[in-house]
Amino acid sequence: MASDKDLNLEATELRLGLPGTSDESAKNQTSATPRSNKRALPEESMSSNATASKNCDQEIAPHTKAQVVGWPPIRSYRKNNLQSKKSEAETSGIYVKVSMEGAPYLRKIDLKVFKGYPELLKALEDMFKFKAGEYSEREGYNGSEFVPTYEDKDGDWMLVGDVPWEMFTNSCKKLRIMKGSEARGLACAV
Amino acid sequence: MFWGSRKTIDMNYFPDEVLEHVFDFITSHKDRNSVSLVCKSWYKIEKYSRQRVFLGNCYSISPERLIARFPGLKSLILKGKPHFADFNLVPDDWGGFLYPWIKAMAKSRIGLEELRLKRMVVSDESLELLSESFPNFKSLVLVSCEGFTTDGLAAIAANCRFLRELDLQENEVEDHRGYWLSCFPGSCTSLVSLNFACLKGEINLASLERLVARSPNLKSLRLNRAVPFDTLQRLLIRAPQLVDLGTGSYIHDPSSEAYNKLKAAIQNCNSIRSLSGFLEVAPCCMPAIYPICENLTFLNLSYAAGLQSNELTRLIHHCRKLQRLWILDCIGDKGLGVVASTCKELQELRVFPSDPFDAGNAAVTEEGLVLVSEGCPKLNSLLYFCQQMTNAALITVAKNCTNFIRFRLCILDPIKPDPVTNQPLDEGFGAIVRSCKGLKRLSLSGLLTDQVFYYIGMYAKKLEMLSIAFAGNSDKGMLYVLNGCKKLRKLEIRDCPFGDTALLEDMGKYETMRSLWMSTCEVTLGACKVLAKKMPSLNVEIINESEQTEFNLDDRQKVDKMYLYRTLVGHRKDAPEFVWLL
Repeated sequence: MASDKDLNLEATELRLGLPGTSDESAKNQTSATPRSNKRALPEESMSSNATASKNCDQEIAPHTKAQVVGWPPIRSYRKNNLQSKKSEAETSGIYVKVSMEGAPYLRKIDLKVFKGYPELLKALEDMFKFKAGEYSEREGYNGSEFVPTYEDKDGDWMLVGDVPWEMFTNSCKKLRIMKGSEARGLACAV
Repeated sequence: MFWGSRKTIDMNYFPDEVLEHVFDFITSHKDRNSVSLVCKSWYKIEKYSRQRVFLGNCYSISPERLIARFPGLKSLILKGKPHFADFNLVPDDWGGFLYPWIKAMAKSRIGLEELRLKRMVVSDESLELLSESFPNFKSLVLVSCEGFTTDGLAAIAANCRFLRELDLQENEVEDHRGYWLSCFPGSCTSLVSLNFACLKGEINLASLERLVARSPNLKSLRLNRAVPFDTLQRLLIRAPQLVDLGTGSYIHDPSSEAYNKLKAAIQNCNSIRSLSGFLEVAPCCMPAIYPICENLTFLNLSYAAGLQSNELTRLIHHCRKLQRLWILDCIGDKGLGVVASTCKELQELRVFPSDPFDAGNAAVTEEGLVLVSEGCPKLNSLLYFCQQMTNAALITVAKNCTNFIRFRLCILDPIKPDPVTNQPLDEGFGAIVRSCKGLKRLSLSGLLTDQVFYYIGMYAKKLEMLSIAFAGNSDKGMLYVLNGCKKLRKLEIRDCPFGDTALLEDMGKYETMRSLWMSTCEVTLGACKVLAKKMPSLNVEIINESEQTEFNLDDRQKVDKMYLYRTLVGHRKDAPEFVWLL
């Protein structure tokens, strides 16, 4: 175990405990072989009094979670499905190019990091130093100098904010911040 | 005169065809097995008229012997790997290969029409051979299988001219391209059931629409994630007669034309009783399906990770006739309360973890289960993944629901005691087995001592399958079960302190069971060898994943994984190197 510490494997170790829980006490106990892992702790906890077993339980929980193969008993197919949704959500961002009228070069942002339109617009405003103004369904970003638009899967240029957020993130291919005068055509919804 | 001179009617005076006709009404496998034991002539008639066979363990008999025994075989159910293979406890290449069965049946000109497989290794080669060898083949159902690609599916689609059912449930399929669907010829109009939800790849949408359009008998359709919202809408227009629907991607703009069209199409689908899918979902689009909710008997939202508790409960409010509900634990205890007050006909509930490795966040506890038990007296089947459980809750549940046939409880921390009393959950499970006299299947979890097994052996008289993990203190626990549960067929144990004494006490017992799995217990190699030697009717297999060969191993060494099963044909010939056949 000493060599493990030197390599600082701990830093890159995949853990299944809650973030922030330290595995210090667990590390001193049994190692990774399943045989030696079983039942050492529960027998202790059963014979001791309530408070002791409470403490033991807290130590047990991250330890068993980290070491147990095949638990919880869910089919791999189901586990992979849920996990891939999670890791899709966590690792693969939706990166789209953002261009702006008059800006010398484009930027790229990850749509996945935003929870909705207000956050996205604030980020764009900060990035390009402009104000988009108030969005309304009927009139778009009426009165603003700059208007956020995007190209969707069909190749059409749409006003940012018209469709539900999930639909937007699924269909947005690139963003463009147009001058208010250019964008007027898009705002004519009806 | 003839009849008057006898006290009883001798059935053997009936011609064979009459007996055969009578036997036609006997459909359960158990009953047909009994019929064949009555006398020689019944055996013969039953043998030639038997069309449906169920093999719970594909290694209990060989393909050749099966065919010789039942030459009229038309419908076969095969199960391969042990149940714990679902949870990665069995290495790849362990076995359960379909090919030898297809090869033997093809060679003997068996008129196979239906094949249902669970946990088998299915190669493309076997699917191709199947599609070419059985002209009347009608139904293929694959559950938790692996080893094939969409090329194998293409062969099935192209060659099985009278295919009615292609049902793929939770298989690991290598997806090459979407063209397999286009392999259904234009003349194929017989489809009744098509389920490809587990496929990960793109689908030729136009082919799918044409296929559905020319399948007037289509009753069940489950799509994969690659089928978008607008295609769903067009499919529903073509198939308003659907009884079972699984959506693919369910994301759209609720103010759009396509959404309104879907709403209209769904309202026309008056026959839908079963709904699943929502593999990708925009919650704002759920209201479109409210109109069909009132007739639903089965709702499976266990893959709909995009729906939060309030959306789920809003939906469930409409489902008053629900009998089976599969859902994620993000519904929460309160959400289960809504289920309890709405779904009075509920018989089966499955609550899956939305975050399997982060037990701290599991959203359901004993409270949700208690609420459901109070509101749904017809509940008879449960699979419940939860954060914690108490004895008091289990005792209450046992009082409220005495009809449990299947009770599977999985506490995400497998040795967690009752958090209120810090006691093991022996009393709680004891109450369940005492109260539910018809219990056939039980899975335990939480902190458990030998006492729970005492109760199981004493009260679970109808129990057929028991799954145990991280439980018990000594051999006594396992012995209580082996001695008391007379109807036990499958016993699977992992990480328990049960050893040689328990294993060898009643070796004859295993001949009355289908199989026994023990992993990371206290059983030694020596004991397994003794068992194998004394019981030639059993196959005792050791799965050894370490570097050692069996010649280096000491008999006193504990085995990591042991799987034994009764068989008529001795050692299997296809075991890989890491499986030792004792």
